[in-house]
Amino acid sequence: DIPDALCERDKVKFTVHTKTTLSSFQKPDFSVPRQHEDFIWLHDTLVETEDYAGLIIPPAPPKPDFESPREKMHKLGEGEATMTKEEYTKMKQELEAEYLAVFKKTVQVHEVFLQRLSSHPVLSKDRNFQIFLEYDQDLSVRRKNAKEMFGGFFKNMVKSADEVLIAGVKEVDDFFEQEKTFLLDYFSKIKEATAKAEKMTRSHKNIADDYIRLSATLNSLSAEESTNYYFIKFCLKLFQNFLCVCLKKVEGRVASDEELKLTELLRYYMRDIQAAKDLLYRRARALADYENSNKALDKARLKGKDVSQAEEHQKRCLQKFDTLSESGKKELTNFKARRVVAFRKNLVEMAELEVKHAKNNMTLLQGCIELLSGN
Amino acid sequence: MATSSDRNPPPFPATDVSKPGLSDLLDGDSDEGDDIFVSNRTSPLFVSRGVSQPERVREEPADLFSQEEAGTDTARSNGVNSDDDNDLFAEAQSDLDTNTSSSAVQPHISSSSGPRPASSFQQNPAAMQHTSLEQLEEEEAKDSFDVDVAVTNPEKVGDGMNAYVAYKVFTRSSLPLFKSKAFSVRRRFSDFLGLYEKLSAKQTLHGCIIPPPPEKSVVGMTKVKVGMDDPSSVEFVERRRAALERYLQRVVSHPSLVQDPDVREFLEKDDLPRAVNTQTLSGAGFLKMINRASDAVNKMTIKMNESDTWFEDKLQEVEAEEQQLRKLHSVVDSLVNHRKELCGNTAIFAKSMAMLGNSEDNTALSRALSQLAEVEDKMEQLHQEQAASDFFILAELLADYIRLLGAVRGCLDQRMRAWQRWQEAQSTLQKKRETEAKLLWANKPDKLQQAKDEITEWETKVTQYERDFDRIGMTVRKEFLRFEKDKAKDFKSQIIKYLEAMMKSQQRFIKFWEAFLPEAKAIA
Repeated sequence: DIPDALCERDKVKFTVHTKTTLSSFQKPDFSVPRQHEDFIWLHDTLVETEDYAGLIIPPAPPKPDFESPREKMHKLGEGEATMTKEEYTKMKQELEAEYLAVFKKTVQVHEVFLQRLSSHPVLSKDRNFQIFLEYDQDLSVRRKNAKEMFGGFFKNMVKSADEVLIAGVKEVDDFFEQEKTFLLDYFSKIKEATAKAEKMTRSHKNIADDYIRLSATLNSLSAEESTNYYFIKFCLKLFQNFLCVCLKKVEGRVASDEELKLTELLRYYMRDIQAAKDLLYRRARALADYENSNKALDKARLKGKDVSQAEEHQKRCLQKFDTLSESGKKELTNFKARRVVAFRKNLVEMAELEVKHAKNNMTLLQGCIELLSGN
Repeated sequence: MATSSDRNPPPFPATDVSKPGLSDLLDGDSDEGDDIFVSNRTSPLFVSRGVSQPERVREEPADLFSQEEAGTDTARSNGVNSDDDNDLFAEAQSDLDTNTSSSAVQPHISSSSGPRPASSFQQNPAAMQHTSLEQLEEEEAKDSFDVDVAVTNPEKVGDGMNAYVAYKVFTRSSLPLFKSKAFSVRRRFSDFLGLYEKLSAKQTLHGCIIPPPPEKSVVGMTKVKVGMDDPSSVEFVERRRAALERYLQRVVSHPSLVQDPDVREFLEKDDLPRAVNTQTLSGAGFLKMINRASDAVNKMTIKMNESDTWFEDKLQEVEAEEQQLRKLHSVVDSLVNHRKELCGNTAIFAKSMAMLGNSEDNTALSRALSQLAEVEDKMEQLHQEQAASDFFILAELLADYIRLLGAVRGCLDQRMRAWQRWQEAQSTLQKKRETEAKLLWANKPDKLQQAKDEITEWETKVTQYERDFDRIGMTVRKEFLRFEKDKAKDFKSQIIKYLEAMMKSQQRFIKFWEAFLPEAKAIA
């Protein structure tokens, strides 16, 4: 797990702490500092390993994104002159909370990545993974330089073109056929759902922001009314204090909880499904290779030369394809189960949280109403 | 707005004599959330009435407020109690004594729910035939001083660019001023504006805070005229209707305004002459603009020698308050917008969730997902209602008060103009005296007489203007106090209403999510 993570300017440094009983490690308990790029490196090496072609590699954690709170902080700093001091401090607090939330999210995502790797029977034995966990010094992972980035980009392009071609390959196994259609469909839907969920949570956040401003304005209003009827001042103060301060907090928390549970869930599974799709792709690729090798074998047989070579090739392809299919099947069933469980957990938690928040709201409002009408 | 005092702080006189009978009723009424409306009765006359009330207090909490009117009269120690007030008092009392069940006096203060006006209306047997439940349920009948006004039934009359929307103005009252107990007339928006114009022009009402009507809106009206039936024009008409009703309610709750013959005519007369001088592009419209410009220039050039710092302080307060309210209003506006946005987003999200649920192969999960989609749909509805309540309760309240504060400033301006007149008269008098002195010295007897006459004439003018000025000053002071009381009450009741609405929506929120929970848990 990752118990600790520091944020240093642009980069986030994670402290990866491992506890293990496996004999392959030197010590039972150790921690190393890692950076985000190291995670990416690990992921990429795993993907590129041929042996793991039949496995669903857990998706890489997304780059820590502090852009949005940073931007807001900037805007806040600019607008400082126009706002009252109270308003400013409140907004700053909100921003800090948001920053923290993003931070927590990032840590969590990275943690999940590692945990999935370690719980996978095959991947946890990977040499690279062990190096990642153990190596004391900085991994000094060579960042992908421009050429490699471009190469990677190009590879992706080729892959997508390939995918289209392979889509035409007839699927021998029913199971995989089903899975393919299902996953493709599901992927598009979940992508859409993620986008909409993001919009929704953003609206919620906007409302929470509005509540802050409302409370700040009411505050200054009640301060002004000092010479007026004390009554209205009391009334306003009450409104502002109880309702807005707390309601805004609750509302803000609703928004962030919603985001954490629902949106994150959707986002994560979107990526996971992408990984599953990749698996299918690799398998389909293997199938295509196999078929190609068959054709080559036939051609060789016809021509009467290089037969053994072609045979070898064909056998290898077949083998690869078979292993892929087998492990693929296992992985996909696991994936399904895992997905259902995760959805359940998150949905239940989200519903419980919503109820809790609403109940809080209600008690607040009730208290407020009583105070107001009792006066 | 009621002129009575509720929950007055100690400084306000006439609150020390509180009637025990009514305090009981207070408690009895607490479940209606009406505590704020109970006023401390100073007149012991109503004790008996109060005591006889308890059994009916459940269904007719409004009765409580009937006391209010009496209390008002005696509570107002500022001397606003004109003879008319006392007459009302007497009449109400006789009414009460004779017919306990039909309390013609049903002053409500800004109430919350529709059913309450319904109950109060039932009190008046004569009015019963006139009241239709759906009308009453639509409005919050805010009445005081025994006059209930409701604006309903907006109907489009005519076609094309000459179309207009006619509203039904329904009045119910037992004041002897009015010819009958309950009646209704049809009025259009320009009629309301015309009423305002007439009232503001009256000398006798100078110094009073005359509630301003809602603003003209060319865009909104054109849409309605053209006949577009989209939700925004419906909302516009609804907004306007609510605003007009609040406007009228404020007018009739003002003790001096309600007795004004113009107001009566507005409420009673079947056909009002078309108030053409309210049209923007008419000659009168231009005249008004010019007047307003000259007023503004005047204000800048004349520096009033303020002898009373009270007025200066008040002016500053009013200005500061207006600033704050404007800011508040803009924040509430953005809140409304964001909530509407949330509505839209939630709806879209619900749809995509439903689709996701459809493509999910695990049945339990699929069911759960579609349930989630439904929940989100219901959320959307809730959010929409909340947005509406945000708007109609909070935003409109703030907008109204911003306009009212403008009217308050107008009062202060009137006072200043009165002062100006007085000063001018004084200087003219001075000049005449000088002329007289000159003539005396030059010894021209015939012109002398004329000069003397002029002097006496101007002397009377000066005294008259001075008296006017003082009177206006007094009126303004009284108005201020009344205004502030009303403002406090208004804000409080509206806020409570808003909070209650919010609470209800939260309850439903809880219900929906709790219903979803077992579904989510059932995912195998």
